[in-house]
Amino acid sequence: MKEAEYRILENREIARGVFRMLLGGDSSEIRAPGQFVNLHIPGSFLRRPISVCDWEEGKITLIYKVVGHGTEELSRREAGEILRALTGLGNGYMLSKIPPRPVLCGGGVGVPPLYGLCRKLVQLGKHPHVLLGFRSKEDVFYEEEFRALKVPVELTTEDGSYGKKGFVTELLEEKCYALCCGPEPMLRALYDRTEDGQFSFEERMGCGFGACMGCSRRTKDGWKRVCTEGPVFFREEIVW
Amino acid sequence: MVDLSTELSGLKLDNPVIPASGTFGYGKEFRELYDLNILGSIAIKGTTLKPRYGNELPRIAECPSGMLNSVGLQNPGLRNVIEHELPELSEFFHKPVIANISGFSIAEYIELAEEMDQVKNVGILELNVSCPNVRGGGLAFGTDADNVYTLCCGVKKATKKPVYVKLSPNVTDIVSIAKACEKGGADGISLINTLLGLRIDIQRRRTVLKNRMGGLSGPAIFPVALRMVYQVRRAVKIPLIGMGGISSAEDVIEMMMAGASAVQIGAMNLTEPLICQRIIRELPEKCRELGIEKLSDIIGCVE
Repeated sequence: MKEAEYRILENREIARGVFRMLLGGDSSEIRAPGQFVNLHIPGSFLRRPISVCDWEEGKITLIYKVVGHGTEELSRREAGEILRALTGLGNGYMLSKIPPRPVLCGGGVGVPPLYGLCRKLVQLGKHPHVLLGFRSKEDVFYEEEFRALKVPVELTTEDGSYGKKGFVTELLEEKCYALCCGPEPMLRALYDRTEDGQFSFEERMGCGFGACMGCSRRTKDGWKRVCTEGPVFFREEIVW
Repeated sequence: MVDLSTELSGLKLDNPVIPASGTFGYGKEFRELYDLNILGSIAIKGTTLKPRYGNELPRIAECPSGMLNSVGLQNPGLRNVIEHELPELSEFFHKPVIANISGFSIAEYIELAEEMDQVKNVGILELNVSCPNVRGGGLAFGTDADNVYTLCCGVKKATKKPVYVKLSPNVTDIVSIAKACEKGGADGISLINTLLGLRIDIQRRRTVLKNRMGGLSGPAIFPVALRMVYQVRRAVKIPLIGMGGISSAEDVIEMMMAGASAVQIGAMNLTEPLICQRIIRELPEKCRELGIEKLSDIIGCVE
């Protein structure tokens, strides 16, 4: 974990209420896709945990949805402004456990961390299959970016306005190894249709680094902090 | 050279800054950010006899200048704390700590005190009689002067270490509770714990916290905490540890002027994990500006 200042390089709406923010600064603490940063937002007391979409040396890409006062304020920040962030938080996906042909399942703002994950898997010579679910056509983002990684990408929208009508779960083949991120009802549905995999959870957090016990979840191995032992949990340890 | 040292019932502190119970775990998460030995002491996460998971999620809600929590005393239980957490903490924090303990009966508090009494790196016992998030425990004791008195008398017989009682602000008359602590033999008082609060998700028409209500902390409660320390200082002679929304060196000085011998920093550790280090660094300069040579001279200096 590290606390540092970042310069906003870009903060742009890429889908309905969904923004991509590029931050310039120290990314050395980020070790695995699926980790998150905790952003200090002027006017809010608590920081806002945002998953890392992708990163490289000196640069971090975040994608977030405006859901309340904090993220709304964040969406108004302009390029050139400075934000403080705690980086290198959470465990991220464990790459060494991922088989050669995993399925990546993302829903809504659960999609961003899967992009960095997908890029890493391709680099490692694996063949991920990507399933992305959105509510409607206006909510779709990063389809092109995923396709540019030369992996098969399938899309669903709930209203059928783009891609296949329905939910990502319906695209899932039985017995696959799934790498999932999205709202809890989606994770639950994916859990029921998969045999193995890694699931990334979202939770309201106090600190984001393990001090407050605000986000402890029950698991088969006792309670675990979503911010520290998570946000990514192995399928076999999850308790609903 | 400004003298920042202070004293709590014979325990000398290099400075008055202590991270508050429940906001600092057992120090592990913070030690990678700074050397914890700069701190006056550490108040460890509230310990109960048995391990506790706490309340269902969500347990955290944003508030103006603060937050609600309904964690509900999640902790690994007395045995684990004594055998693992405290020894581990002593490896990287070389000063006595404040052991915050929470029982569901007087007998439980006594058992916790007897056990903590044997732990070398525990300098002070802090009885949590003020957790708003646990049914039938904590707060039930802290809102009744007679209960607090009986509890203090019992725990004092169980330990030779100084006993501090951490009080709830959710009472009509904090002074009567504080006097009951002193009468019962308590060595000091910590105040305040969180203020009971509520947030509602207006879209879903339900409370943000699964446990519905939670404890409000953060800068929002600082004036309330300051007022209560000020009132209690004038009613009892035992030392006070002031806490509630402290976020700066100025706040520390204000809290000490109101009557606190030391302070605890709580919610701010969660949003600004380097806050205690920053306050300790800024205190000497702030003291110089104000003409304070010895910080402990200002304790309760305000009429």
